[in-house]
Amino acid sequence: MAVCVAVIAKENYPLYIRSVPTENELKFHYMVHTSLDVVDEKISALGKALVDQRELYLGLLYPTEDHKVYPLMLTRAEEAHKCSGSCIIPTQTSCAIHSTTLGTAFNQGPLTAW
Amino acid sequence: MSPTQWDFPVELCCRPMAFVTLTGLDVVYNAVHRAVWDAFCANRRADRVPISFKVLPGDHEYPKCRPKRTSYEWYIPKGILKTGWMNKHLNLVPALVVVFYELDWDEPQWKEKQSECATRVEIVRQSLQGRNTKVAVVLIQKKTPLPPGEDVIASERAAALCNACELSGKSLFVLPHTDHLVGYIIRLENAFYEHAQTYYYTEIRRVKSHKEFLNKTTHQLLFVRHQFKIAFFSELKQDTQNALKNYRTAYNLVHELRAHETNILEIKTMAGFINYKICRLCFQHNTPLDAIAQFRKHIDLCKKRIGSAELSFEHAAWMSKQFQAFGDLFDEAIKLGLTAIQTQNPGFYYQQAAYYAQERKQLTETLCDHEATVIYPSPDPLETQTGVLDFYGQRSWRQGVLSFDLSDPEKEKVGVLAIQLKERSIVHSEIIITLLSNAVAQFKKYKCPRMKSHLMVQMGEEYYYAKDYTKALKLLDYVMCDYRSEGWWTLLTSILTTALKCAYLMAQLKGYITYSLELLGRASTLKDEQKSRIEKNLINVLMNESPEPEPDCDVLAVKTAQKLWADRVSLAGSNVFTIGVQDFVPFVQCKARFHAPSFHVDVPVQFDVYLKADCPHPIRFSKLRVSFNNQEYNQFCVIEEASKAGEVLENLNQEKMCFVPGKTRKYLFKFVAKTEDVGKKIEITSVDLILGHETGRCVVLNWQGGGGDAASSQEALQASRSFKRRPKLPDNEPHWDSIVIQASTMIISRVPNISVHLRHEPPALTNEMYCLVVTVESHEEIQIRDVKLTAGLKPGQDANLTQKTHVTLHGAELCDESQPALLTDVPVGELHPGEQLEKMLYVRCGTVGSRMFLVYVSYLINTTVEGKEIVCKCHKDETVTIETVFPFDVAVKFVSTKFEHLERVCADIPFLLMADILSASPWALTVVSSELQLAPSVTPVDQLESQVDRVVLQTGESASECFCLRCPSVGNVEGGVATGRYIISWKRTSAMGDTPVISTVITLPHVIIENIPLHVNADLPSFGRVRESLPVRYHLQNKTSLVQDVEVSVEPSDAFMFSGLKQIRLRILPGTEQEMLYNFYPLMAGYQQLPSLNINLLRFPSFTNQLLRRFIPTSIFVKLPLAAFEVLNAHVRLVALYWTKLLYNTFLITESLLL
Repeated sequence: MAVCVAVIAKENYPLYIRSVPTENELKFHYMVHTSLDVVDEKISALGKALVDQRELYLGLLYPTEDHKVYPLMLTRAEEAHKCSGSCIIPTQTSCAIHSTTLGTAFNQGPLTAW
Repeated sequence: MSPTQWDFPVELCCRPMAFVTLTGLDVVYNAVHRAVWDAFCANRRADRVPISFKVLPGDHEYPKCRPKRTSYEWYIPKGILKTGWMNKHLNLVPALVVVFYELDWDEPQWKEKQSECATRVEIVRQSLQGRNTKVAVVLIQKKTPLPPGEDVIASERAAALCNACELSGKSLFVLPHTDHLVGYIIRLENAFYEHAQTYYYTEIRRVKSHKEFLNKTTHQLLFVRHQFKIAFFSELKQDTQNALKNYRTAYNLVHELRAHETNILEIKTMAGFINYKICRLCFQHNTPLDAIAQFRKHIDLCKKRIGSAELSFEHAAWMSKQFQAFGDLFDEAIKLGLTAIQTQNPGFYYQQAAYYAQERKQLTETLCDHEATVIYPSPDPLETQTGVLDFYGQRSWRQGVLSFDLSDPEKEKVGVLAIQLKERSIVHSEIIITLLSNAVAQFKKYKCPRMKSHLMVQMGEEYYYAKDYTKALKLLDYVMCDYRSEGWWTLLTSILTTALKCAYLMAQLKGYITYSLELLGRASTLKDEQKSRIEKNLINVLMNESPEPEPDCDVLAVKTAQKLWADRVSLAGSNVFTIGVQDFVPFVQCKARFHAPSFHVDVPVQFDVYLKADCPHPIRFSKLRVSFNNQEYNQFCVIEEASKAGEVLENLNQEKMCFVPGKTRKYLFKFVAKTEDVGKKIEITSVDLILGHETGRCVVLNWQGGGGDAASSQEALQASRSFKRRPKLPDNEPHWDSIVIQASTMIISRVPNISVHLRHEPPALTNEMYCLVVTVESHEEIQIRDVKLTAGLKPGQDANLTQKTHVTLHGAELCDESQPALLTDVPVGELHPGEQLEKMLYVRCGTVGSRMFLVYVSYLINTTVEGKEIVCKCHKDETVTIETVFPFDVAVKFVSTKFEHLERVCADIPFLLMADILSASPWALTVVSSELQLAPSVTPVDQLESQVDRVVLQTGESASECFCLRCPSVGNVEGGVATGRYIISWKRTSAMGDTPVISTVITLPHVIIENIPLHVNADLPSFGRVRESLPVRYHLQNKTSLVQDVEVSVEPSDAFMFSGLKQIRLRILPGTEQEMLYNFYPLMAGYQQLPSLNINLLRFPSFTNQLLRRFIPTSIFVKLPLAAFEVLNAHVRLVALYWTKLLYNTFLITESLLL
C-alpha cells in the first residue's frame, strides 16, 4: 500500500507531500528527502539521455526495512496534465513510498498504485 | 549480565584455524627451542598454512573426553550449543600434539634416550585418551642429516624409535638445528597441517556418524548442534565451501525448532551465530549478494520473533546487533577490495542498527520504568555457578530446562525483573550515537549528503536526550543550513525545535534568540499557539527576564536551566546580539529599493525600506538604520522609536516601529548625494533592524545589501512559476512579492541647460584648415562659470587618425605636427543667462576618411537641493562625423609636340608635359598658383610660368596647363629619370583673406629617354589653299656621331601635285642638318593627306617611317579658294570656340588646325 506521495521540484524542495495520517509524518519527510540523494545520483549519471529517452521511472530507490521508495521523473507536459493547470513546474521528481509490510504486491507495479 | 551480552563471542568471530600444540620446548631457558618456537609463530605471513600453535608442557592435561555414548535412546539434550564448545576446539583440544625431543642418530646413550622419548609420547597419549588427536615426534638434531637411505644407522634407529613410541613413520620428523631453520620449520608445519586436516576430517566423520541414532522428536536440538559442529570442523579444516553448506543446513534446521517464549532467545541467538558465519563465508567467497540475501532472509524470519513482551528490548538489542555485525562484515569486505554502491553500503545496516538501538531505548524506557523502591533481587537470578551459561541463549535461572511450561513463575518474574533493572543501567545513547556515527561515515563515503544530514540530526537528538546539549547544538547547527537551503521547512522546524530546547536548557542567549527568530518566521511550520508562546518568551528574554521552559523537556534539566536563566538575569548588562539574517529565515522580511537606478546630483536620492513581520503578535522594534558604501550617508538613514523627526514617516498616526503581522510597512528615506559621488554607485551595504533597546538586551537583525534572507531566492522562483492570483490588498499596500530589491543607484551629473551648436561646411579637404564654429548658448537661469571647452578628435578611434589630425584655435596660420588632436579644457569664461558665445576651431586632416569629432562643454553652476547649496558641474557634449576628401585630382602626362601620347621621350627632342587639375571638392576652389620644379635631368624649353593662377574651379571643373620640356641625352637609365615636382597652391574660394594657402605637392612621373639617330622636322604653313602653292621645308638632323647615308623619297598623293626631289640619296655629317624644300600644290579642299616623306637610313635599318611620323605632320587642312571662304566662316567659328581654352594656355603650336 502506498503510504506517502510526494512531488518534488527540480531544485529539490517539496511541492506536495501527503502521507497516511496514522504514521509519523516527519519520518516520511525525512525519507523522501534522503531518497533525493539517489535521485540526484541517478539523474546526474544518466543525464540528458534519461530525459530524451523518456526513461522517467527511476526504479526502486531506497531499501529500508519497512518501506520502498519509487521515484518518477515528471516533465512539464505530464505535470500540466496531472495538476490541471494550477501550477506548471519544470522537470521534477515525485516519489511514492510503499510500505513493504503491507503490500508487497505493489512492488511489481508501483505506478498503478497512484 | 554484561553490557556486551549482545556481542558475538570472540570464538565465533575469529577465523578458525587448526589447533596444534607443541610440547617439549623450553622456550624460556633454551635458546635453540626459543629459535624453533619463534620460527613457528613469529611473522606468520598469509602464505603460511593456517595453524594456531601453542607451546604446552609435555604433561599438560587436555580436557577430558567424555565416555562415548553408545545409544541416544534415553538422551535428551539440554540446549543447542554449549558455550564452551567452540573455544574448546579452537584453543583446548588440539588436532595434533607434537613432542619435541633432542636426539641425534649417533647418540651414544641411544637406548635410554629412546625410552625417555617413548615415555613422553605415552604421557601425551594418556592425557588425550578417547580423542582422535594425532601425536607426532620431532627430533631436534645438531647434525645435518645425510640424504635418506645413506645413513643406515639413522634408518634403523628411526624404525626402532617409531616402534617404541608406537608411531607411524609419517609422524616422526627430524629438525636439524642448522642454518636453514625457517625452511625446515615450513616443511614441518606443512606436514602438521596435513595431520590436522586428517584429524578434523575424522571429527566430521565422527559427528556425522551420530546422525543415524537421532530421532526428530527428542533430538531436534542435536540436529542443529551436529550440523553446526560439522560446519565448524570444516572451517577448522579450511574447507569453507562445505562449512558454508553445513551452516546453511544448520540455519534451516534452527528455524525448524519448536519455538516458544521460553526458548526463543536461544533459537535467535543460534540463528544469529549461524547467520553471521554464513554471511562471513559469503563475503570471504566474494559473493556479497549471497551474503545480503542471506541476511535479508534472516531478518525477515526473525524480525517478528520478539519473544517475551516484558523483555522486548532484548529483541531490539538483538536486532541492532544483527545489523551492526552485518555492517561490520560488509565494511571489512570493502576494506579487502569489495566495491559498494550508493544504495547498497554498510551505512544502511549501521543506520538500521541505530534504529533498533533507539527502539531498544524506547522499550527500555517503558518496560523498565520501575519505581525507585524496586530493588534488584537477591540472590541474583542472573548469577550462575560457573559465572557463565552452559548453553548459548538460555536463561540463567532455568538452564537446561526444555519444558515450555514455566515450573516456577515466581522465579521467572524475579529473573525478568533482574534483566529489566540491568537494562535500565545501560547508556543507550552512547550505543545509538556510535552506530549513527558509523553510518554517517559510510554515507559520506557513498555520496548521500541528505542521508548523512538526517543521521546527524538523529545524533544531535540523541545527544539532546543524553543531555549533552553542546554537542547536540553543534550537530544540529551544522545540518540546519542544508535543510534551509533546500527548503524543507517541516524538517527545519523540527530541528529548530530541538535546537531551541537545547539553547533553553543551556540558557544560551544568542542561540535561543536566533532559533526563536526563525521559528517565528515564515519558514516555520509551527502552529500559531506555539509561535505565540515562543514570541512571548523572546520578548521576555529581551526584557531581561527568564523565558518559560520549552515543552517536553526533562524536568530535572528544566530545573537546572531555570537556575541558569536566573543567573543570566542577575548578570544583566548590555548584551547586543548582531545576527546576520542572510543565512536564515527570520520573522521579519526586509527589502530596500531605490526609487530609480540613477539620480541626478541636484535631486535628493530616495529609497524605501519595506518591512514585514510574520510573527503572530504585533511587535515593536526600536530602531531601523541603513548603511551605505559611503558611510557619510548612514547618518541620514536612521529611524528611532524615540526620535521626533517625522519627515521620513508616512503614517504618522501609527506608531512608527510597531509591526502588525502580515502588513507591509514602508519607510521612505531621502538624502542629498555628495557632488564628489557623481559617476559613482551608492550601494546599501546593510539594513539593521533593532529589537529591544541598546541599553539592555537587544538583537540587531542585519540584512546584507538590500535585504533578502535564506528563503528569498526560492520564494522568488516559486512566485515566478506560480499562476496563483495575488489577493487584493487594501489601501494601495504593495504586494510583498512584487517588491524588487534595488540596493544600488548611480549618482549622475545635473542635466545641463545649455545648447551647443556646430556650424561647418563638410566635407573637409585634405590638409586644409577646416573651420568648425562652436556656438554655446546658456539657458540657465543664473550665471554659469568656469565654462570650458574640450574639442577635437573623439578619443578611442584609430590611432593613426590621432597622428594625422590636428586641432587649433588659430586659423590664420597652418598648424603643424605639434598641435594636438584634441584640445582639452579650453577656458571660455562665464556666460550670463541667455548669453551666447562662438568659438572657431580649425581642424587639419592629413588623410582622407571619416573622423568623429567631439565637442564637450563643461561648466559650474550653484544650485540648491533640499535647502542645501551645492556646486554642480554640468557638461554637454556633441559629436560630429566629418568626412575628409581630396580637393582635386591631378593627372600628369607626357605628349609629343603633335599632342600624341608618349611612351618614352626622345633625347634632346622637345615634348609636352600636360597637367590636368580636376576639382573633387563640392565647394569652389581657387588655385592660387602652380609651380613646376624640374629635376636636373629635364630642362625647360622656355619660361615655366604658371598658366592657372587665380583660376576658380567649381565642382567637376578642371584646369590644365602645359609645359614644353626637353631631356638631354643621358644614356640608358633603367626605369627612366625623375622629372620633378608639381606644386599647386590653393584654398577654398569662400575662405577669408587671412586663411592660409595650402600647397599640394604632386611628384611627377619618371620618363624613359631614348636616343634617335635622325630627327626630322618640317616647316610648313598652318594650312593650304586649293590651287595655291604650299612650300614645305624638311630639316633632317643627324643626331649621331657618324656620317649618315640617307635615302629620301616622297610618295605622291592624290590631293597634291608637288615639285622637289622625288627620290634622293644623300649624306649628312654628324651633328649637322640637311634641308629639303618641296612645293606642294593642293588640288582638293579639306583635311588632306600630304605626300608622304620616306626616309631610309642605311646604317640604322630600325629607323622606320613610323618613327618618322612622330615628328612630321602627315596631313594638312586645305581650304577652299578665297571666294568660297565666306560661306564657311560661320561654321568654322564654332569649332574655334571649342578650342579657345587650349589655345590660350598653349604657347607652342606646331600644327595649326585653326584659322
